[in-house]
Amino acid sequence: MRFIERASWSQRITSGISGCLTFGALFGWALFGPGGLSAARAAKVEDQVAALKAVGAEGAGNAKATEAWKQLSQSDAAALPAILGGLDDANPLAANWLRASVDAIAERELRKGAKLPAADLEKFALDTAHAPRARRLAFEWLCRADKTAADRLIPKMLNDPSVEFRRDAVARLLTEADGLDEDKKTEAAAKVYRGALVGARDLDQVQQIVKKLESYGQTVDVPAHFGYLMEWKLIGPFDNTAEKGFDVASPPEKELKLTAEYPGKTGPVKWIDHATDDTYGKVDLNKSLLKANGVTAYATTEFTAAEARPIELRLATVDANKIWLNGEQIAANNVYHAGEKMDQYIARGNLKKGKNVILVKILQNEQKEEWAQDWDFKLRVCDSTGTAVLSKDRPATKPKAAADKKEQAAK
Amino acid sequence: MRRVLIRPALLLAGCATLCGADWLHFRGSDNRSVATDGLPTALAKDDSGNDRNVAWKTSLPGRGVSSPIVVGGKAIVTSTSGYNQDRLHVVAIDVKTGEPAWERQFWATGRTLCHPTSSVAAPSPSSDGKRIYAFFSSNDLACLDLDGNLLWYRGLTHDYPTAANDVGMSASPLVLGDTVVVQVENKGNSFAAGLDAKTGETRWKLPRKADMNWSSPAVLRGKTRADDLVLLQSSDRLSAHNPHTGEQVWSYEVSCSSISSPVAENDKIYLPSNGLTALRYLPDGKVTEKLWSENALSPSNVSPIVYQGRVYSINGSGVLLCGDATTGEVKWKLRLKGPYWATPVIAGDHLYAFNQAGLAQVVHLGDTAGELVATGNFGDPIFGTPAIADGALYVRTDGQLWKIAAP
Repeated sequence: MRFIERASWSQRITSGISGCLTFGALFGWALFGPGGLSAARAAKVEDQVAALKAVGAEGAGNAKATEAWKQLSQSDAAALPAILGGLDDANPLAANWLRASVDAIAERELRKGAKLPAADLEKFALDTAHAPRARRLAFEWLCRADKTAADRLIPKMLNDPSVEFRRDAVARLLTEADGLDEDKKTEAAAKVYRGALVGARDLDQVQQIVKKLESYGQTVDVPAHFGYLMEWKLIGPFDNTAEKGFDVASPPEKELKLTAEYPGKTGPVKWIDHATDDTYGKVDLNKSLLKANGVTAYATTEFTAAEARPIELRLATVDANKIWLNGEQIAANNVYHAGEKMDQYIARGNLKKGKNVILVKILQNEQKEEWAQDWDFKLRVCDSTGTAVLSKDRPATKPKAAADKKEQAAK
Repeated sequence: MRRVLIRPALLLAGCATLCGADWLHFRGSDNRSVATDGLPTALAKDDSGNDRNVAWKTSLPGRGVSSPIVVGGKAIVTSTSGYNQDRLHVVAIDVKTGEPAWERQFWATGRTLCHPTSSVAAPSPSSDGKRIYAFFSSNDLACLDLDGNLLWYRGLTHDYPTAANDVGMSASPLVLGDTVVVQVENKGNSFAAGLDAKTGETRWKLPRKADMNWSSPAVLRGKTRADDLVLLQSSDRLSAHNPHTGEQVWSYEVSCSSISSPVAENDKIYLPSNGLTALRYLPDGKVTEKLWSENALSPSNVSPIVYQGRVYSINGSGVLLCGDATTGEVKWKLRLKGPYWATPVIAGDHLYAFNQAGLAQVVHLGDTAGELVATGNFGDPIFGTPAIADGALYVRTDGQLWKIAAP
C-alpha cells in the first residue's frame, strides 16, 4: 500500500524524467535561445491568446478557442510570459482558458525535464501592473522552478494588491508572532501581530490577531479596520407581503427626505437614528424597528470621501436587498435565507469627492422557520483588496463595553 | 496498413464503452449505485488502526464532497481550495498506481459561498468515456478530454448572474448521448439546460421552479440509447425530457425531496416523495402511473437504491431500510451509525454505507434481515458516494481518495 502525501501531489504530476533535458527541450532552446520566442512564434502565440480572450457568454467563441488552446498548449515554456500577460484584461471565462494553457505547458515542460523561465516568471510575479491572479499563477510555477522563491518574495508582500500574496505574508508573520508568544516575549509578539494586522484582510487572520492583542490588553478598532458603516438612519416597516416589495419603490426610493413621515405596513413610519456597536457593523432591524415578517426597511447614511474613487460596497445579509450609491442602484439580490457570510454581495460603484449618500433596502419574507427570522445587514466600504475606505468624518468607534454601560445607564 | 491501425482503435473504443468497467456519473453509469463486482468486506482501518485491502490512498488538492468517477483507467475527482474556495481543481489519478496523471485548475466565475458541511466541489463529474464534464457549485462547467486538455468552458452564473445558491448547489451534470444536462435550480434564475457535449453550446434551456434544489438528473433508460430520457426532480414535480431537445415527455406533479435523487430500473422509477414513491412509466402513452408510496422508506439525505427486487434507503435516524420493490412493503430494518450524506453502494450481495464521520459499514443483504458484517474507518469525513470499477471501490473522503481492492 502506498500513501501519496498532499504536499507532493502537484510535484508528482510533473516528476518523471527530472533533470534530463529532452531533445525537444534542447531543440526549443537552440531555436529560440534564452531570450524567449521567435518573432513568428510570438505572433502565433498572440493570435492564439487573442482567440482565447474572445470567448464570451453562452459559449460564444468556444469552437475557435478549442482549436487555439490545442495549439497554444503545445508551446514551450518561453511562451508562458506572453500567455500570462493575456490574463491582464481577460474576461473571467477567457482567464480560465488562458490559465489552463499555462498549467498544461508548465506541467508538460517540467514532466519532460525542461526548465521553466524562472527569471521571467519572477519578474512577472513582482510586477504589480499585472493582474493579481496572473501574478499569483506565475509565482506558483516559479516556486516549482526555484525553491527559494517563496522565502525571498513573500515577506515583502504584506501590502501587495494581490490578496493571496498578502495572506501568505500575514501567515508568515503570524507564525513568527505565535513563536514569540509561546516564548512569553509578549511585547515583541504584539509588535509583530500589529504588523500583521496592517496587511490582514481575511476575517480568520484578523480574528486571530485581534484575539491575541486583546489578550495582551490592547484594543483593535475592528469596524474601522474593515470599513463597516456604524451610523445609520432607518425607516420601516413597509409592506413585503408575498415578497412583492422587492419591485415596489416605497417612498424612500423616490425621495430621500429624512424629516418625512409615510404610511408603513403597521402604521405611520419616519426616519430614526441608529448606531450599531457590533464588531462587524450588524444592524438588527428586528430590534431597531419591529420584529415582523413580510416587511421592508430602508437604511441610509452619508459618506464623505477625500477624493473621487472607485469603491466596493460589501454587504452581508440573509434577506433580499438593494443598494443605491448617490441615487444609482448598484445591487439587487432577490434572495432570502440562503446563508450569510462576510462580503456576501459585492457592489461596485464610484465615490465622488465630498458627500455621498448610500441607501440600502432590506426585505424580510414570511417564512415561519426559526432559522428564517433574521432581518439584518452589515455593510462595509472598501477597495478591491478589501482594504477599508473610511469616511473623512468617521468618528472613532465607541468601545463596545462603554456602549453597553451607557445603554444600561439609560435603562 | 491503414486498416490495421484503425481496427485496434475501434476495439479499444468499444471496450471503453461496453465492457462496463467504468463508473461514469454520480451513482454510477446508470445512476443506480450498483455494481456486479464483488468487493472485499474488510476495508480501510480496523479497530487497531491497520489498513485492510487498501491498494493506495492519495491526498487531494483542497477539499470537496463530490463523488469520484472512473473512466479510461483514471479516477477523476473535483475539489476546491483557497480562502474563498474559488480555486476549482479537476484531478486525474492513475487507478493502477494511485499516482496523479494530471491536474487542471480554474477560477470560479460564479458564487462560492456554501454551507460549511458542503463544498463548492459538490456536484460530481460526468463522462461519456471520451470527455469529462466537471461541474461546481459556482456553476462553472469545464469539459476536458481524458488527458486533461480543455475542450470547452462555460460559466453558467457568469451567463445568468442570479443563478446561485449561497447554501451551495450540488446537482451533478449527466451526459446522455451528445448532450450534457445540468439542473441549476435556485431562488434566482432557475433552469435546466442541455449543452452540446462537443462544443458546450446551449441546445436547450428550460425554466424550473425558483426554489433551492440539490437533487441530480437521473437516466430513465429506453429500449435503445436514443430512447433514453433524463429525469429532472424538483420540489413540485418529476419530469422526463428528451435529453437532446429538452422536450418534456411527461411530468408527474407531486411534492418531492429537494435533496435525494430519483432512481430508475427498467420502466420503474423510485422517487423520494411521500417517503418513497414507485412509478411505472408507460412509454406508449407517455405517462406514468403510481404503483405505491411508503412513508417508512424515506431516504432522507441519501438517494434510494433498487436491486434484485428490493429497494433500499437510509432514513434520517441512520436506519437502513429494505422494501419490496413491487409493493413497497418494508421487509427489514437495520440500525446503522449515522448521519449520512453519501448514498450507499451495492456490490454483489453487500451494501456499503459510509457515514459523515468516515465510518464504513458493510451489510449483507439477506432476504429477511440485513446483517452488519464489517466496519472500517477512513478517519476523515465522507459526503460523496463512492465509485466501483473493475472490482475496486474508490472512496473519496474530504481530503483523500482511497482505492479498496483485494490484493
